[in-house]
Amino acid sequence: MKLRRSMLFVPGDNAAMLSTSFVYKPDSIMFDLEDAVSPREKDSARLMVYQALQHPAYRDIETVVRINGVDTEFWQKDLEAAIRGGVDIVRLPKTENAQEIHELEAHVARIEKGCERPVGDTKLMAAIESASGVVNAVAIASASPRMVAIAMAGFDYLVDMHTRRSDGWEPELFYARASVLHAARAAHIDAFDVVYGNVNDDEGFLREVKIAKQLGFNGKSLIHPKQIELLHKAYAPSEEEVNHAKRVLAAAEEAHRKGLGVVSLDGKMIDPPVIDEAQMTLQMAAAA
Amino acid sequence: MKVIKEAIAGTLESSDLLVKVAPSHKGTREIVIRSEVIKQFGKQIRHAVTDTLDKLSVSDGSIVIEDKGALDCVIRARVQAAVLRACGSQELDWGRLS
Amino acid sequence: MTSALKRLEAQDPALGKLRHFSGANAETPFLANSDTKLHRKLCASLEEAIQRSGLKDGMTISFHHAFREGDKVVNKVVDTLARLGFKNLTLASSSLLNCHDPLVEHIKNGVITQIYSSGMRGKLAEAVSNGLMERPVQIHSHGGRVHLLQTGELKIDVAFLGVSCCDEFGNANGSRGKLNCGSLGYAKVDAQFARQVVLLTEEVVDFPNPSVSISQDRVDWIVKLDEVGDSSKISVGAARVTNNPRELLIARHAADVIEYSGYFNDGFSMQTGSGASSTAATRFLEERMTRKGIKASFALGGITGGIADLHKKGLIKTVVDVQSFDGDAAESLRTSSSHLEISANEYANPTSKAAYVDRVNVVILSALEIDLDFNVNVITGSDGVMRGASGGHCDVAAAADLTIIVAPLVRSRLPTVVRRVTTLLTPGESVDVLVTDHGIAVNPKRPEVEQRLRDAHLPVTTIDELHQQAVALTGEPEPLEFTERIVGIVRYRDGSVIDVVRQVRN
Repeated sequence: MKLRRSMLFVPGDNAAMLSTSFVYKPDSIMFDLEDAVSPREKDSARLMVYQALQHPAYRDIETVVRINGVDTEFWQKDLEAAIRGGVDIVRLPKTENAQEIHELEAHVARIEKGCERPVGDTKLMAAIESASGVVNAVAIASASPRMVAIAMAGFDYLVDMHTRRSDGWEPELFYARASVLHAARAAHIDAFDVVYGNVNDDEGFLREVKIAKQLGFNGKSLIHPKQIELLHKAYAPSEEEVNHAKRVLAAAEEAHRKGLGVVSLDGKMIDPPVIDEAQMTLQMAAAA
Repeated sequence: MKVIKEAIAGTLESSDLLVKVAPSHKGTREIVIRSEVIKQFGKQIRHAVTDTLDKLSVSDGSIVIEDKGALDCVIRARVQAAVLRACGSQELDWGRLS
Repeated sequence: MTSALKRLEAQDPALGKLRHFSGANAETPFLANSDTKLHRKLCASLEEAIQRSGLKDGMTISFHHAFREGDKVVNKVVDTLARLGFKNLTLASSSLLNCHDPLVEHIKNGVITQIYSSGMRGKLAEAVSNGLMERPVQIHSHGGRVHLLQTGELKIDVAFLGVSCCDEFGNANGSRGKLNCGSLGYAKVDAQFARQVVLLTEEVVDFPNPSVSISQDRVDWIVKLDEVGDSSKISVGAARVTNNPRELLIARHAADVIEYSGYFNDGFSMQTGSGASSTAATRFLEERMTRKGIKASFALGGITGGIADLHKKGLIKTVVDVQSFDGDAAESLRTSSSHLEISANEYANPTSKAAYVDRVNVVILSALEIDLDFNVNVITGSDGVMRGASGGHCDVAAAADLTIIVAPLVRSRLPTVVRRVTTLLTPGESVDVLVTDHGIAVNPKRPEVEQRLRDAHLPVTTIDELHQQAVALTGEPEPLEFTERIVGIVRYRDGSVIDVVRQVRN
């Protein structure tokens, strides 16, 4: 199971960051060709990301490229660079409906064939940044077998909703978060929470991480490397949770050995999802 | 590819480089490299630049590099970007870029 | 009374050498009148002080660097000496910085023909690296400088010492004037060893100055100047914790290393540099100290505002200060009774009767280069040009229980971990742990430390592995080319020659 707690944004046009961001070891690294890059530099950034994707230092980290939206003149060239460069996941910003995913998918397959990459190898994720995106989240999340994650993007969404962040209990993001999460779970893919923009406010960041974790988000989009460590620590299971997970897995082991169809622990039946969760718990504990 | 106009790519930020490409009036290829690490990596920088130009079949033009300690992958990307801009090219032949 | 002397001589010939009394003020004629009695040290100008000091061509002058980039003393004094026609002087400054670039002209004109310093930077360093001086510069550590003074190799004829304030007898300090530098740790040593001591100050206060770092009994002349330094350039290092993610990553790992090293116990002692990673590491340590209820018995240095802050919070009991890096540190020196001012001799001289570095448990230092044997270079950049200072590096590294070097693995395209350092300053045997953004390497001669760090699941690897990662990123650098000519001699703290700096070939 791939851990997707931290997705670090790296501007595709920034030479220094492209040359060093792998040291922070986020679960995924996202090279941005969209908002971080000015229109005049899209071509140059595309080539930078193409080269960076092939750099050995990024071989062991899951790579993501945020291409420009399907309503721009850039997105198809972005796809060429990303797929030929060997990206793991293409992230589509401002996804409004499932049709956009289908259109994207067709081009991805075409390019994969063109560069002899196995068709289906490149995965997709969608960023929800508007009211339409939220209400279409279920369709978007299940629009393609390539979909592995769906992310909530707060800034543009709140503009679309005619409101802004309250930084606290945040009712203005509640429905969107819940929708995106449900869509993700129904489609069995991962869900990412919004970016926290104030890099100087560790307390505020952790407050938001707590909410996201409690809701059930797999992880969060991050804009500064120092947020990675904070996030991983917050997501780390407690000693109690780790011990329980170990016991669950031991019970599953034993049942398997004895050839039993049902796993039980402390007189209670353990369903397969609980076993998966226990594995994820230990994985997160090891990675904290 | 034919260099038809002047173009620039990159920046003077640390770990980056500025690449200026212009048409050559002599039909030759002239590469000038200025770098803070010219003593230690001058040869490698030149190799990355010439290799990139060769792959793009750029046989003449004036190329000036102002390097601020960029890694090879950044050098290649910026040279490619500058050349493509200088050739007024819209379509990329990806086979030439690796 | 001549008969008494004759009598003494008859009794014992040695006693015949004694002199006969010849008046109450025979040896102290200045006591004869009130003006000379009280004001004799005050000079109307720098020229007058120079003249009265008896400075001649070929002699040695000295300075201290507590005012760092804000220093105006060196340039002012040497400019004046040049104007007065002095030649062939040896300049011994505890260190030289970018603001001392004007010395290049004076060297070209033969005013200064020999330099002793802990280091040099900027255009001066570049010029020297390119062969400006006939005689190689002598690069020493802070402790090593005192040793050279003690052995007599370095003999200061006239010390020109900038101070914050002094009274007309020369009782001076660095922390109670309008222009403060904090501890006068280096100046104290010059005041002790120099034949003639000239104090330069913007403020002459009423006698007696109640706070005395340099005592009147070591001072010959005092000059009041309009400007001794630029207060906006004195502070060095980060005022607040950096947001640079790489520096934070390295700092966090450094704090982790200390926490799990086996030396993180109540009453431990520490020293950190002024770099961004060191300052940030102090903050991360604070967290751990508070969490575990651990207090430090003392912090030594090179004191930053960060250390002063921990002192204020009661996490560091005593601060031992040879140089105050910023205003907060200077303020702490002024106001806290357990913030001590010490001399460079007390700080790090290997042949003093006791040096504070000997009592340090953990120290965090930086490096320009570190090689596969853990040897450290802080003097020359990878282009062979001098750009740093020996400072207290080899002093505290030799003495501390655990010496930690923090550095990014690669600086743009320059690897920090190299096969062999360009210039050797601190030998690998004094270095225990290297912390980079790519991982941690422990000197093989400290297997017990390595085990503790591995047990704590810190990202421990080997120095060879780090080197390979660096080369994988940057490529293998071409070896530098030097001429045969030696432009700098690197003196280890005991005065021995540990390496030389050769002239770069262009």
